[in-house]
Amino acid sequence: MSGNPRPGRPGFLALELDGDGAHPAAWRKARHAPDELLNGARIRSTVLAAESAGFHVATFADGRVSSGRDIAGRLNALQRAAFAGPVTSSIVLVPEVDTVYTEPFHVSTQLASLDYVSGGRAGWLVAASGSAEEAAAVGRSFAEGAALAQKAAASVEVSRRLWDSWEDGAVIRDVATGRYLDVDKLHYVDFETPADFPGPGYSVKGPSIIPRPLQGQLPVVAQAGLLPSDVDVVLVSAPTPSLLAAEVAEVHRAIAGGGAVVGAGPALAGGAAVVAELDVVLDARGQSASGRLAELDAFTPWPSSRARFVGTAAELVDFLAELLVVADGIRLHPAVLDVELEELAQLVLPELRRRGALKPVAQGGTFRELLGLDRPVSRYGDAGALAALGAAAGLGAAAGAAVVGSEN
Amino acid sequence: MTQHNRAKFQPSGKIQFGIFFQGVNSGTVWKASESGSQTDFESFRRIAQTAERGLFAAFFLGEGLRLREHLGRPHALDVAGRPDAQTTLAALAAVTSNIGLVATQNTTYNDPADLAHRLASLDLLSGGRAAWNVVTTDNAWTGANFRRGGYLDHADRYVHAEAFVETAKRIWDSWEDGAVSSSVSADSWAVPSHVRSVHHSGQHYSVDVTPRLPRSAQYRPVLFQAGDSPEGRDFAARQADVIFSAHPKFDDAVEFRADIVSRSLAAGRGANDVQIMPASEFILAATDEEARELKEWVRSLQIGPQQAVAYLEQFWGRELSAYDPDGPLPEIDPVVEETSETRGSGFHGAKARQLAEQWRSEAKEKGLSIRQFVSSRTSRVDATFTGSYTAVADTLAEYARVGAVDGFNISPWLVPTGLDDIVNHLVPELQERGVYPTEYAGSTLRENLGLATPVRSESLVPVQL
Repeated sequence: MSGNPRPGRPGFLALELDGDGAHPAAWRKARHAPDELLNGARIRSTVLAAESAGFHVATFADGRVSSGRDIAGRLNALQRAAFAGPVTSSIVLVPEVDTVYTEPFHVSTQLASLDYVSGGRAGWLVAASGSAEEAAAVGRSFAEGAALAQKAAASVEVSRRLWDSWEDGAVIRDVATGRYLDVDKLHYVDFETPADFPGPGYSVKGPSIIPRPLQGQLPVVAQAGLLPSDVDVVLVSAPTPSLLAAEVAEVHRAIAGGGAVVGAGPALAGGAAVVAELDVVLDARGQSASGRLAELDAFTPWPSSRARFVGTAAELVDFLAELLVVADGIRLHPAVLDVELEELAQLVLPELRRRGALKPVAQGGTFRELLGLDRPVSRYGDAGALAALGAAAGLGAAAGAAVVGSEN
Repeated sequence: MTQHNRAKFQPSGKIQFGIFFQGVNSGTVWKASESGSQTDFESFRRIAQTAERGLFAAFFLGEGLRLREHLGRPHALDVAGRPDAQTTLAALAAVTSNIGLVATQNTTYNDPADLAHRLASLDLLSGGRAAWNVVTTDNAWTGANFRRGGYLDHADRYVHAEAFVETAKRIWDSWEDGAVSSSVSADSWAVPSHVRSVHHSGQHYSVDVTPRLPRSAQYRPVLFQAGDSPEGRDFAARQADVIFSAHPKFDDAVEFRADIVSRSLAAGRGANDVQIMPASEFILAATDEEARELKEWVRSLQIGPQQAVAYLEQFWGRELSAYDPDGPLPEIDPVVEETSETRGSGFHGAKARQLAEQWRSEAKEKGLSIRQFVSSRTSRVDATFTGSYTAVADTLAEYARVGAVDGFNISPWLVPTGLDDIVNHLVPELQERGVYPTEYAGSTLRENLGLATPVRSESLVPVQL
């Protein structure tokens, strides 16, 4: 399939809900005191605000917190997403989960469980911690560079296999034979790290402790370049907004051309969905965006590898509408969550929706459905084995495209 | 309390209930038309909200680390497929408001800094309702699912667990009260010098961390412990708030209480500091007669003919499908020396031949078929309270009066409706007798269990944030 821009195709919007916003000094402009941040009420109110604003996806950052005078605490991302599951009905919940210093078996079970508590609205933002602090916390040797990518890839492969290790319908509840499970539909995964794996290798036997996730496979989200394959959503950054569209188009071309970020399964255009990353500061509360940013920066500078949009809501609408012509989705990082979310909800998302730039929000829809991905059969079942043979024979792309076509 | 009072056990005169959603083993009936999903969140929500309606102190989840096996393949006959405990409890925190949320988590395949952080996170998310049931695992069969593998000697398991728990407590102690500012105009988000780092360097792991979370409304997660060996009991007496015990029978419970009180005192704690909640099962009806009939029906569904034979196969180590479940025990001998752990810890390490011999003569003597014999072994006779609501309420009132236990951790035989009878009929009977709470004492688990706030364990080195 072609990686060319697809004009007129609506996209989706994600919002990062971490802390009080993406700016390190955001807590100083929050509508609540610091000691009211780390609780369930805050998660409930922010995720419901994002859902009612019409965001398709909420993401939950994890890992290190800033040092110095700013927010020094963070609740576990996967638990925040799990808490949000029963209180929401349409927004997709994507926590960041580390792959370097965690046990892959636990990670797989936790994410599958998140899929159950959210009714199939879960995804996984793959993180590969590159910090010496996180290594020291768990007494492991510090990994960096290419080793991080290898560790991430191994952890993702373990989860992918474990999620398939119970075929659909493995719970049979057959009273006549006394069998609760059909053991023929359960599979050992026998994962072994490759010979060139950095650090101590490991194996995972399986099967999973929990049945197949509701979505079969949770969509896997990763920063461009982290995972060589098997990724469903690629996050793309650029130094400035004006460079972002070109960068997104470049990643699309790489996907279509068999470059470094090709997805294994059929996605929007025969590969992974491409999502642009954008920091956002808006005019608000009678102040200009640049004025607000200067005020925040005076407390703490905001280093970010993402493009930063600073302007009015109307300008942002135009910018996002144009970017969505090339990007499958955009993830917004609001400078101050309480402030930017209000402006986005009132002025930005309604106008984008009016222009037809956004996909409809599906009540009870799954993350895979949002991405236009079919629900795959288990690789361990008879049908899964046939599909793998077909892919090996070069039939996978055509079969995948047909499935996507039939869904749209 | 004064030192004098602390040394003497004082019955509270009350009992509490917990609910243990098992998700494995034959105790949960899956063959009835009311039997619901073991995995879908709706089952967990339904049962947790029912428990909360009945003022239960705690909702308790086990931990699955490896799918149980039978003769080298996954075990097919019992319920299976349980979700991750903390993920499920985090979701339940959003749809409940008072009930405690207890996660069973092992100390072998977790890292102290990571597990302590996730438990603290659950504690904050739930407004101070989290608890950790500390378990140890040492076998290589379970370790095959983990990077760490089966690296722990059985003899070392409590030494290792205790170092782990001590480290977790230090992590939970690391933020002083008021460490997080109460105003957006504060100079910094956290008060400098109120956050301390934690260092531990030991045989099995090292930890060097600046913890990322403040204390919860209940200070830190409540600790449960379930080990029953002398080492396990001493470990609980030193570290735990509540013991999930295996001694629900009245005389055993009284004896176990006395033992735990003396171990607690020896460990320098008060006589009432460690609470006891035995595992239990309730089969209730309007009359004793109906309850007995119900029990027969429940037992027939818990242990069907296939399960009865499979139970023996696990100890014999060979296929026995040629044997009639309604006939006598097999005359042939087991092919294994020791039973393996692959069907869960209850099956581990028995001397197979000796056991087979003993069982054969016992079944013969009592005239029991395979099915009857296995049912008698697996039904946890001691842990089951069968009878009318009033009769069982009278029995439990006696436990409360003498302080034999602080409560019962109930495994419902039906999911998710298995607590309905207890909440609708037994709880009011107990309340009438004045032995059961009529409201939640507070919003945290520690308050609802009546546990004292922990004392800061030691001074730590402040870090510059």
